[in-house]
Amino acid sequence: MAVCIAVVAKENYPLYIRSVSSDSELKFHYTVHTSLDVVEEKVSAVGKVLVDQRELYLGLLYPTEDYKVYGYVTNSKVKFVIVVDSANTSLRDNEIRSMFRKLHNSFTDVMCNPFYNPGDPIQSKAFDSMVSSMMVQTF
Amino acid sequence: MSPAQWDLPPELCCRPMAFVALTGLDVVYNAVHRAIWDAFCANRRADRVPISFKVLPGDHEYPKCRTKRTSYEWYIPKGILKTGWMNKHLNLVPALVVLFYELDWDEAQWKEKQSECATKVEIVRTSLQGRNTKVAVVLIQKKTPLPPGEDVMASERAAALCNACDLSGKSLFVLPHTDHLVGYIIRLENAFYEHAQTYYNTEIRRVKSHKEFLNKTTHQLLFVRHQFKMAFFSELKQETQNALKHYRSAYSLIHELRTHETNILEIKTMAGFINYKICRLCFQHNTPLDAIAQFRKHIDLCKKKIGSAELAFEHTAWMSKQFQYFGDLFDEAIKLGLTAIQTQNPGFYYQQAAHYAQERKRLVVQLCGGPESNLGYPAPDPLETPTGVLDFYGQRAWRQGHQSIDPPDPEKEKGGILALQTREKEVPHSELIIALLSNAVAQFKKYKCPRMKSRLMVQMGEEYYHTKDYTKALKLLDYVMCDYRTERWWGLLTSILSTALRCSYLMAQVKDYVLYSMELVGRGSTLSEDQKSRIQKNLMKVLKNEPPEAEPDCSPAAVKAAQALWSERGTQTSREDIILEVQDSVPFVQCKARFLHPSFHLDVPVQLHVYLLADCPHPVRFSKLCVSLSNQDYNQHCVVESPDQAHDEEDMCLVPGRTHRYAFRFVARAEDVGKKIEITGVDLMLGSKSSRSVFLNWRGGGGDAASSLEALQAMRSFKRRGRLPENEVDWDTVSIQASTMIISRVPRISVQLHHEPPALNNEMYCMRVTIQSQEDAVAHDVKLTAGLKPGQDANLTHTTHVTLDGSKMCDDSHRALLPDIPISDLQPREKVEKPLFIRCSTTGSRIFLVHVAYTVDANIEGRDIVCKCHKVSFEHLERVFVDVPFLLMTDILSMSPWPLHLVTSQLQLAPTMSAVDQPASQVEEVVLQTSESASECFCLTCPPVHQGTTAVASGQYVISWKRKSANTAIPMVSTVITLPHVAVETIPVYIHADLPSFGRVRESLPVKYRIQNRTGIVQEVEMSVEPSDAFMFSGLKQVRLRILPGTEQEMLYNFYPLMAGYQTLPLLNINLLRLPGVSGQLLRRFLPSRIFIKPQGQQADGDSIAAA
Repeated sequence: MAVCIAVVAKENYPLYIRSVSSDSELKFHYTVHTSLDVVEEKVSAVGKVLVDQRELYLGLLYPTEDYKVYGYVTNSKVKFVIVVDSANTSLRDNEIRSMFRKLHNSFTDVMCNPFYNPGDPIQSKAFDSMVSSMMVQTF
Repeated sequence: MSPAQWDLPPELCCRPMAFVALTGLDVVYNAVHRAIWDAFCANRRADRVPISFKVLPGDHEYPKCRTKRTSYEWYIPKGILKTGWMNKHLNLVPALVVLFYELDWDEAQWKEKQSECATKVEIVRTSLQGRNTKVAVVLIQKKTPLPPGEDVMASERAAALCNACDLSGKSLFVLPHTDHLVGYIIRLENAFYEHAQTYYNTEIRRVKSHKEFLNKTTHQLLFVRHQFKMAFFSELKQETQNALKHYRSAYSLIHELRTHETNILEIKTMAGFINYKICRLCFQHNTPLDAIAQFRKHIDLCKKKIGSAELAFEHTAWMSKQFQYFGDLFDEAIKLGLTAIQTQNPGFYYQQAAHYAQERKRLVVQLCGGPESNLGYPAPDPLETPTGVLDFYGQRAWRQGHQSIDPPDPEKEKGGILALQTREKEVPHSELIIALLSNAVAQFKKYKCPRMKSRLMVQMGEEYYHTKDYTKALKLLDYVMCDYRTERWWGLLTSILSTALRCSYLMAQVKDYVLYSMELVGRGSTLSEDQKSRIQKNLMKVLKNEPPEAEPDCSPAAVKAAQALWSERGTQTSREDIILEVQDSVPFVQCKARFLHPSFHLDVPVQLHVYLLADCPHPVRFSKLCVSLSNQDYNQHCVVESPDQAHDEEDMCLVPGRTHRYAFRFVARAEDVGKKIEITGVDLMLGSKSSRSVFLNWRGGGGDAASSLEALQAMRSFKRRGRLPENEVDWDTVSIQASTMIISRVPRISVQLHHEPPALNNEMYCMRVTIQSQEDAVAHDVKLTAGLKPGQDANLTHTTHVTLDGSKMCDDSHRALLPDIPISDLQPREKVEKPLFIRCSTTGSRIFLVHVAYTVDANIEGRDIVCKCHKVSFEHLERVFVDVPFLLMTDILSMSPWPLHLVTSQLQLAPTMSAVDQPASQVEEVVLQTSESASECFCLTCPPVHQGTTAVASGQYVISWKRKSANTAIPMVSTVITLPHVAVETIPVYIHADLPSFGRVRESLPVKYRIQNRTGIVQEVEMSVEPSDAFMFSGLKQVRLRILPGTEQEMLYNFYPLMAGYQTLPLLNINLLRLPGVSGQLLRRFLPSRIFIKPQGQQADGDSIAAA
C-alpha cells in the first residue's frame, strides 16, 4: 500500500498530494517533486522513440533507501506518482499497475465533473476516499 | 581515534602490487646505481608489470616471522584482521629481495668478490628467516656480455657463484651497464615479476593449508581472515578474478559470524572493507551491475546492525561512509569510461551518504547531550592504546581482542562510550554533510535531474543555516526558490521561505526579511492563518522601524544576538528606501494596471486604472502609489499619496480580499501622437518616510510569478462569480493593459474631389478639390498637397504632370506632386474649391494623393483618393497595297465614358505615299459618345519604289480632340497615330476596266478594258472572255495581242445584261505568255467582278456603287 499518492498537472505543479503522516509530508513532497525529473526524461524518451504510446505506466522511477517511487502519465500529460515503502516487498508490479488504473479512473471521474475546472487542485470526496483506500492505514 | 576513523585505510584503497626490495644499490653517491634505480622507477606506465620497488639497505631488518603454529586446537583468535597486515605485505615483506652487486666475469679478485657476494646473500636470507621470500642476485657489469655459451669463463663462474650463494641459476642476472639500460631493466623486472608471482602463489597455498586445522566453533573469525588473505595475495598476484572469488566468500562468511554488541563494529568494519574490495573489482572488471548488486546486498545486510544504542551515531557514520565510498568508486569508473544513467548515478549514493551524515548529526544531538556529558572526558583516555594503534580493525581500544558476548568491565565500557561521545561532538558534521551534498549536486547536474539538484541545494542551505552561516544559506535558498515558485510547489516554497526568513531575521537583513515575509503572508504560502498573521504583524513592526518578534525554532542565543542587531538597525539614521522587485515572487499585494483603451485620441484624456488586491490576513495601509510611464512627464499625474494621515484614509487601506481601484487620467502631449505610452512600473510604498519606507515595484503593468497561470485558470473556470456591489470589481476579470497608443484627433474638415474618371491619355484632366471646414474655430495654415502618390512606379512619375494652371498644356517641366499649396484660412463652415489639372502621357491607373493640412488645436488629417486614367484607342485595318490607287480607312472608336469632341483630324503622309486628291478631314467637329466610332477614308497611291522594297511607311494620323464637357479654355489634345507600313508589290501588266457604275436590263453596257505594259519588254497577251448567263456580249471573244513597253492596248466590249440585280461580269481570262509566273488570277483582281443591273423601264436614280 502506498505511503504517498500524488497527482501532478501537465505543468508540473501538484493537483493533489496526500501522504500518510503529516510530519513527513514535506519529505514526500520533495520525493514526488524530484521524481518528476525521471518522469520528464521518460516521457520525452517515449516521444522520441515512439514506442507503444498506449503504455502509460512508467514503472519504478527510482529507488531510494526507504521508498520506491512509481510513475504513471496520462495522455494529457497529467502525472500520477505513488510512493511505497521499500520494506513492503510483497507489492508486485501488477498491483502497482492496478493502483494506477484505479487512480486514473477516479481522476477521469473528477475531470468529468462539470464543476471541476481542469488545472485546479482536486477537492473531491470520491477521489479522496479512493486514495485513502490505497494508502497504508495508520491508526 | 581521529575524525577520519571511518575512512578506509589507504592500504585497502590502493591497487595492490607485488613488492620487490632492491638492496645493494647506493642511489645517493653512486651514479650508476642511481641510473639503475631511476630506470626502475621512472615511466611506470600501464604497459609495465605492476611491481612496487623499494631500495633497502643490504642489512635491512624485515618484519620477523612469528613461529608457525603447528596446531590451531587451543588457539582462539582475537580478531578478524590485524591492522598492520595489509601494509606489511604491501610495503614491508617483499616477495623478492634483489641483491645488486658489481662484479664482472673477468674480475681479478674473483674469489674474494664471490665470497663477499655470498655473505651479502646470507645476510638477506637471515633477516628473512621463516619467510618464503625469494632472493635474486643481479651482477652489475661494465662489459657487454658475449652471447650465451661463448664465454666459457662466464658460465663457469656463474655456476660457481650460484653454488656459493646457494642460488638457482634462474635467480642470477647480469645487468651490463651499457646504452640499453632501460631495455635490460624491463627484462629484469619481468623476471622479478615471475618470481614474485611464484612467491604469492606459495603464500596463497600456505594460507589455504591452514583451513583443514580450523573448526567452525572457535575459528569462525579465521575463516574470514584466511579468505581475505588469499584474496589479497591474489590481488598482489594480479589475479583479480580469483581475488574477487575469495573476497566474495569472505563476505558471505563474515555474515555468518555471530553478531553481538561487542563485535558488531568489527564485523561491520570488515564487511565494509571486503565490500569495498568486491565493488572495486567489479567496476574494474566492467561489471557495474554486479557492483551495484553487491552494494545493495551489503547495505541491506548491514542496515539493521546498529549496535550499541548509545553509539548509534557510529552506525550512521559508517553507513554514510559506505555510500560515499561507493559513490567514489562509481564516479571513478565513470571517469574511466563507464556510462551512468539518470536513475543510476553516483549522485544517489552521495545523497544517501549525506542523508546518513544528517542522521548522524541528529543522533549526536540526541545522544551526546545527556547528563553524562557533563562528567567531562574520562581521565585515563580509554581510547588510548599502548602502541597508539589498534591491533585489529574495528575493535574497541579499551577491550582489544575481547571476543565474548559480555563486556569484561562495564565501568570501562561506560568510560569508553563517554569518550567516544565526547569526541563525536567535536566532529564538524555540517561540513561533512555539505561536502557530500555538493558532490551529489554536481552529479545530479550532470545527469539531468534539476529538481533533485534543487532539493539537495535546499538541504545544503538548511545545513548552512544550522552552521549559522546565514549568508551562504540565503544565497543557496534564494537560488532555488524561483524553481519552486515557477513550478508552483507552494508547500515546498513555503518551507524554504520560512528558513530564509529565519536566516534574514537572525542577520537582521531588513530587505530580505521584508521580501520573504511578504511572500509568506501572500497567497502562495501554505502557512496557517495564525502564522501569516504573526508574520504580518512582524512585518508591520519592521515598517514602523521596530524590531520584529523572533522567529520560532531559533536558538535563544542566536535570537539574542539578532535582537541586538535589529535594535542597532533601528537606530541607524541614514536609511535608504528599500525597493523590492516583486515581479518574480508572489507578494501579498497583487497589482494590475491597465489603460482603459488600447488607444486614445489626443483630445481625450488618457485613463489608467491600477487595481490592488491584498491576500494577507490583516488590512495593509500604504502611503503612496505611483505609476511610471515610458514618458516620465505623465508620472506626476499618476500618483496617490497621503500628504498627512487624515487625508483619504479609506482609500489608502487595502482590505484583504477586496479589489481596490485607483483611477488616473492625464492629457497626452501633442508630440506623443503616434507613439505608444507604456507602463514601465508600478510602485507601492509601504511604511512611511519618517520610519522606514519599502517600495514594492512591479515592472510593467503588474502581475507576478503566479498571476499569469491564475488568470488562465480563472478564464477557464466556469464558476459563477458572485454578484459584486456596484463599485467593486472581480479581480479575475481585470486584465493587464500595459500600453496604449496616442493617436491624432479625428479631423473635422471635409475634403471632396469632383472629377470625371477616367482621365484620358494626354488630356488636361481636371480635378476639383473642395475643402470645407467643420471646425468650430478658424482653421489656420491650410495647406494642400496634391499629386501622384509617392512610392508608385517610377515611370508613372515621369509620365504624370500636375499643374494648377489649366490654360496651357503642361509638359515635362511640371512635377507629379505639388506639395504644400497654400490656401487661405478657413472660417467655420467655409468652403474652398481648388481645380487641379493632371496630364498623363501613358495609360494605367494612378493613385493620387490629396492631403490637406491645417492647424486648429494642432490636428492633421489626410485622405487618399484613387483616380483612374483612360485614353482613347484606335484600331487599324491593314491591307496589302500595290502601285495603284488604294483606300486608307481609319476608324476612331471612343472608349471614354464621357462624350468626346473631335475637333479635327489630319493625315500626314509619308514621302512614299501620295494622295490621289486633296485629303480633308471628314470627321471635323464630330462628337462621339461612348463606344461610338467615326471612320474616315482616303484614296492614296504609292509611287514606284526601288526594286526589293516590300514595305513602305504610310504616314501619321493626327486627331485633335477634347472632352465635350471641357470648357473652351482648355487646350485641345492632339493624339498622333503612326499608320502601319504597307507591303508594296510591282506588277508587270496592269489591267483596268472602264465601265459605267450600273447597267440596265436589255440595255447596252459598253465596257473598255485597258491593258498596260509596265515592263521594258514587249508582252504577248492572250485574252478570252468566258460566256455568262447574265450577259450577252459583242467584241473579241478570244484574242492574242502584243503590247509594246510602256504602252497600253484597249479592248472594247458591249455587254447586254439579261438579268437585274448584282450580276457577275463575264470572266476575262488573261494569259501573259512571256511571264508564265503571273497568273490571270492576279490580274483579275484589278477588274470589277460584278455590276449592279437595274430592272428595265424604271427611271429612278439609284445610288448603287460598284463594288471595289
